[in-house]
Amino acid sequence: MPFMIRFRSRLTALAVAGAVALSLAACAQSQRGQEGSGAPAAGTLTFGAAGAPDLFDPFYASDGETFRVSRQIFEGLAGFKPGTADLQPELATGWSSSADGRAWTFRLRPGVKFQDGTEFNAEAVCANFDRWYHQTGAGQNLALSYYWNENFGGFADRARPSLFDSCTTQGPSTAIVRLTRATGKFPALLALPSFAMQSPTAMRRYQANDVTAQGDSFAYPPYARAHPTGTGPFTFAGYDQANGTITLRRFDGYWGDKAKLDRLIFRIIPDEKARLQALQAGDIDGYDLPNPADWQTLRDAGFTLQIRDPFNVLYLGITQKNNPALRDLRVRQALAYAIDRQALVSAALPDGAEVAREFYPDTVDGWAGDVQQYPHNPAKARELLAAAGAANLTVSFYWPTEVSRPYLPDPRSIFGTLKADLEAVGITVKPVSKPWNGGYLDDVDNARADLFLLGWTGDYNSPDNFIGTFFGSLRNRFWLAAAPWGPELVAALQAADAEPDRATRIRMYQEINRKLLAQYLPAVPISHSPPAIVMRQEVHGLVASPLTAEEFAPVSVAR
Amino acid sequence: MLRYAVRRVGQLLLVVAALSVLLFAWLRSLPGGPVSALLGDRATAESRAALAATLGLDQPIPVQYLRFLHRAASGDLGISTGVQRGEPVLSILLQRLPATIELTLAAILLAVAAGIPLGYLAARHRGGWLDSAGVVGSLVGVAVPVFFLAFLLKFVFAVQLGWLPTSGRQSAGLDATRVTGFFVLDGLLTREWDAAWDAAAHLVLPALALASIPFAVIFRITRGAVLDVLGEDYVRTAYAKGLTAGVIRRRHVLRNALLPVVTTIGLQTGALLSGAVLTERVFAYQGVGQALAIGFTLRDYAVLQVVILAAAMTYVLVNLVVDLSYALIDPRLRT
Amino acid sequence: MTDVLAVDPVPPVAAGDTPPSRATSAWRRLRRDPLFLAGATIILCFLVVAVLAPWLAPHDPAARLLESQVSRARNEIPPPQPGFPLGGDADGRDLLSRMLLGSRQTLLVAVLATVIGLGGGLVLGTLAGALAGWVDAVLMRMVDVMLAIPSLLLAVSIGVLFVQQSRFTVILAVAIVQIPVFARLLRGSMLAQRVADHVLAARALGVKPAAIVLRHMLPNSLGPVIVQTTLVLAVAIIEAAALSFLGLGAPDDSVPEWGQMLGTAQDVIDSHPQLAFWPAGAIITVALGFTLLGEALRARA
Repeated sequence: MPFMIRFRSRLTALAVAGAVALSLAACAQSQRGQEGSGAPAAGTLTFGAAGAPDLFDPFYASDGETFRVSRQIFEGLAGFKPGTADLQPELATGWSSSADGRAWTFRLRPGVKFQDGTEFNAEAVCANFDRWYHQTGAGQNLALSYYWNENFGGFADRARPSLFDSCTTQGPSTAIVRLTRATGKFPALLALPSFAMQSPTAMRRYQANDVTAQGDSFAYPPYARAHPTGTGPFTFAGYDQANGTITLRRFDGYWGDKAKLDRLIFRIIPDEKARLQALQAGDIDGYDLPNPADWQTLRDAGFTLQIRDPFNVLYLGITQKNNPALRDLRVRQALAYAIDRQALVSAALPDGAEVAREFYPDTVDGWAGDVQQYPHNPAKARELLAAAGAANLTVSFYWPTEVSRPYLPDPRSIFGTLKADLEAVGITVKPVSKPWNGGYLDDVDNARADLFLLGWTGDYNSPDNFIGTFFGSLRNRFWLAAAPWGPELVAALQAADAEPDRATRIRMYQEINRKLLAQYLPAVPISHSPPAIVMRQEVHGLVASPLTAEEFAPVSVAR
Repeated sequence: MLRYAVRRVGQLLLVVAALSVLLFAWLRSLPGGPVSALLGDRATAESRAALAATLGLDQPIPVQYLRFLHRAASGDLGISTGVQRGEPVLSILLQRLPATIELTLAAILLAVAAGIPLGYLAARHRGGWLDSAGVVGSLVGVAVPVFFLAFLLKFVFAVQLGWLPTSGRQSAGLDATRVTGFFVLDGLLTREWDAAWDAAAHLVLPALALASIPFAVIFRITRGAVLDVLGEDYVRTAYAKGLTAGVIRRRHVLRNALLPVVTTIGLQTGALLSGAVLTERVFAYQGVGQALAIGFTLRDYAVLQVVILAAAMTYVLVNLVVDLSYALIDPRLRT
Repeated sequence: MTDVLAVDPVPPVAAGDTPPSRATSAWRRLRRDPLFLAGATIILCFLVVAVLAPWLAPHDPAARLLESQVSRARNEIPPPQPGFPLGGDADGRDLLSRMLLGSRQTLLVAVLATVIGLGGGLVLGTLAGALAGWVDAVLMRMVDVMLAIPSLLLAVSIGVLFVQQSRFTVILAVAIVQIPVFARLLRGSMLAQRVADHVLAARALGVKPAAIVLRHMLPNSLGPVIVQTTLVLAVAIIEAAALSFLGLGAPDDSVPEWGQMLGTAQDVIDSHPQLAFWPAGAIITVALGFTLLGEALRARA
C-alpha cells in the first residue's frame, strides 16, 4: 500500500480501545434495561441444548438432541417410569403375550387424540408399525432408521430377517403385534423414543416417508422438518433456525395431566462453557450434561444440580486383529491388572462415578456380581506379561479429540492416566489421537487400533442393548474373529436374547458375564459415570432420568 | 484499462475454479467424514461401508467432484449432514449470512467510529497523551488474541455484571417477525422495537471483540495518512491562502486521508471472516463462522465446501476491486 | 486468521543502496525509541527464559507431582504452595515449570512458522517480482488461492498429510498462511524496483538478470521483509493459540506450549482463572514485544 505509518510517541498507559468498549457496553445496557425484553414471558422455560436436532421425526433419529424434543411431543405404547429405566404402560394400558412369546396383545388407552385431532386407536398403532416395516430405499438406512435396524432387523422386502411379522387390529382399542421369534427386548424396546406413535393423518399429509439419499446426504420430507404430530403434552410450534431456538407449546387436548408450562423453548448453544455462562447470566433456565468440573461451582451458586444414576459404561477396548500378543488372555488380563481404575475414577471422573466390574451397571438384568475381579496389581501384570512372553509388549493406544461423552468426560486426561499405568508395568504405548469424527471412530470400527477408549449409554433396560451391541458380531472393533471363543460368545448372546422366560434369560446373561470377565476379556470395563442435569432454583418438578429421558410436562417455573 | 479488467476477471474465474477443485479434493481426503457423524459411536465397519456407498462417498474423488458440479449447475449446492441435517446448504447459507454480515458490519462500524476520529485527533495532536494512548492501545489490541478478548468481555459484561446477554442473536421467546434475516433491521422494519433493541444488545459484545483488530489498523492508518497529508504542499498552500482551519480539514486533510482507510477496510474482510469464526464460537452466535466450526467437528462436507468457497470468493473479489482501483491510479501496475 | 499486520505491509524502501551512515544513524535513533526499547526488553527476557528454561524450571513439566490434590469431581486443582509458587495444573503438574518450558515451544512454533513462511514467500515473491509478466500473473493467482483459504482449514488439512495432528502440523498451518503475505510484499517491492534508476542502470550496463535480482533488487527488499518478519512472529504466536482454542492444536501436552495451555484452561476458567491468565498474559506480552519491535523498525528504518 502506498502510504507510510509512523509512530512517534511516548508510552502512556491507557487503552483507548478499552474505554470505548466500556462506554458502548454501558450504553447498550441502558437500552436493554428500558425494554426489559430479556426476560421471557411467564410460564416459559428455556432449556439450553448442545446442538441442533437432526430432525423432528424420531423414527429417523438416533441422537439425544432430537429425542429430547421428540419426547415432549410424542408418546409410545410403553414408556419409562419417571426417574427410572423401568417400563410402564403409556398409550397402551397393558399388554400380554402368548406362551411362545411371539404374539403380543396391547390394550390401548381410550379417548386419546393426536395433536391434529386424529383419533389414537388400534388402526393408528398398526399404521405406525406398518410404516416402520415398509420403509424403502433411504428409509432403511442405518443412518436414519437406526433403532429399527438394530432391534427389529429387516423390512418388508425381506432382504434381511425381521423380528416384526404383522400388526392386526381387534376392534378400535386392541392391537396384536406378531413377532417372528421371541426376544427379551420386547416390549421394552417400544419405550424407545424412535417407536413413538405418530399421527397417520399428519404423516400422510406431509409425506413422512419421503426420505431420499440426495447427493452426499439425505433429504427429509416436510413432516420431519416442520410437522411432527404426536399425542404428547407439548405441540411443535416452530424451529427458528436463524436464532437457533425450537419452540413447543402446551397441548390443551392432552389426555393426561396437562403441561404446566405455556411454552418450552430449546435454545441451541453448542459450546459447553457458553451454556454454563448463559445459565449463570439467566439467559437460560437449565441445561443438560454440565461439565463435572463445574458441578461444585453450580451448586455453590444455588442451582439445582441433579445427578442421574449412571446408565453407561466406559471400557478399554482391545482389538485382536493386528497385534498377535493381544490374542493371549494373559496379556489382556495383564492390561486389566495394570490399570488403577479406582484412582482413575476418583481423579478424572465426576462425583458418583464407580469402577465398572462388568460391562453394564447393576441395575440392568443379568448383572452377575460374582465375576472375576481385577484390582490394581502391577506386579501381577508384569508376571502375566512375562508368562505370556510379552514382557516388552508394544501397543498402539487410540484416544479421541474434539469430543466429550457422558461416559468419557475428558478423554485427554483419562488417556494420560491409563497410559502412565500401562507404562508402569513395562508396556510401550504408542499414542494415536484423532478427532472423533475425523478418523477416530473410523479407525476403531475398522479394527485399526490395538487399544482404544470407547463406551456406551444404554437406551433401555436390556443386557442385549449393552453386551449384545458390543460383542454380537465377529468382525467388529474387537475383532473377535481372531478369538477361538468368538463364535461361542456370539451364539451365547443370541441364545440368551431369544429366551422368552425372564428368569432363565437372566441366568444365561449372568453366565455370559462371568465368562466375559474370566475367560474372554475382549475389553476391560473401566467405569460408570453419572451424567448430571442442572436447572435454576426456581424450576420445579423435573425428575432426572437415568436414560436422560426427562419429561417437561410436570415442570413449572416460579417467578 | 478495459482489457486489463477483463483479463483480471478471467483470472478470477480461474482462481475460483482451481480453489473449488483443491478444496473438494482436500476435504475429502481428510480422515473420517460425514459417515462418522451420521452413524456416531453406534456404527460397525459394515454399516460405515454401506452408508459410504449409499452416499457415493466411496467413489473416486474426481467422480464425486463431477457429481457435485453436475448438481451445482442445477442450483443444488448439496444438503447438510451435520450443521443442520437434511437442510439444503444454500438455505443454511442464506440464513446465516445475514447474521455474519450484521456482526461484521457492526464491528466495522465500531472500528470506524472509534478509529477514524481518534486517529485524526492523534495525528493533529501528535505526541500528546491521546496520541500515545492510542498508539499503545492499538498495539496491545493487536497482541491480544481475539478469542481471549471475546471471552474476557463476555465474562465481565455478561456473566459478572449481567449487563448484556451471553450468547445468541436474540432472546428466546420474543417471537420476532423475520423479514430480511438481519435481526436489528427486521425489528426496525416491523416496528418491533423491543426485538430490535434485543438484537442490538446481543450484537454489542461480539462486535466489540471482533472490532479490536480493525480498530487498531484503522486508527494507525488514519493517523499515518493524516500526518502525511498535513505535510503535503497543498495543505500548506491552503493555510497560506488563508482558508479557515475547519475548511482545510474537511476539504483537504480528511478527504485525502480517507482513501487509504477505505481501502484498508476492504482488505480487512479476510481477517474479519477468520475473526468471526472465533467470536461466533465464544458467543454461540448463529453465523457462518459457527456453521464452519460445527461443520469441522461433524465433517459436514456439503456445508464446508460451500461456505469456504463463498468466503474465499468474497476475499478474492475484494482483492480484485482493490487491484483494479490501484491500476486506475498507477498504470504501471497493469501487468 | 488474524493476519491484520499483513494487510498494511511496509512500503518499498526508497531505491538506491543504503549508505552505511544511514544505518548507523537509524540505529542511534532506534536506541532512543521507547517502543523499540520496550519491545527489545520483552523479547530479550523471553529469549533468556526460553534458553535457560530447563535450568530455571524447578520440576519436570510432565510429572504429575501434585496429582493427589487433583479432583475432577470436586473441581480441585492444586493451589500455590511451597515449592510450587504458581500451583499445579488440571493434571497436577507444576504450573511454573510448564510456563517456563512452554516458552521454548512457543518460541519454536513462532520461529519455525515464520522461517517456513518467509522461505516460501521469498521464493514465490522473488520469482513473481523479478520475472513479472505471465509468471507473475500465475504465481499471484496461486497466492490469491492460498490467501483465500481460512487458516484453520489449512491446519486440519495439513494434519492429514501426517498420521495425526501434532505441533509440527500447527507450525506448518501457521507458516503456510504467511507465505502469501511475504510473497505479496516481496513482489510489490521488486516490481517497484524494476523501474528504479539503479536497476535500469545495471541493466544498461549489461549485468545478467539473475545477478540484478540477487545483488540489487533482493537486498533492497530486505528491509521491509525484516520488519514484516518481526510482525509475523507475533501473529504466529497468536494464531497457534487460536488453533489450540478451536481444538486443532497438538493433542499431546506432555511438552508444554502456551497456546495449548490456554486452550485447555478454558474448561476451568471461572473457577481457576490462573490456569488461563498465566499463559494468556505470556502470549500477549510476547506478541506485544514482537509487535513493538516491528513497529519501531518500520518507523525508523
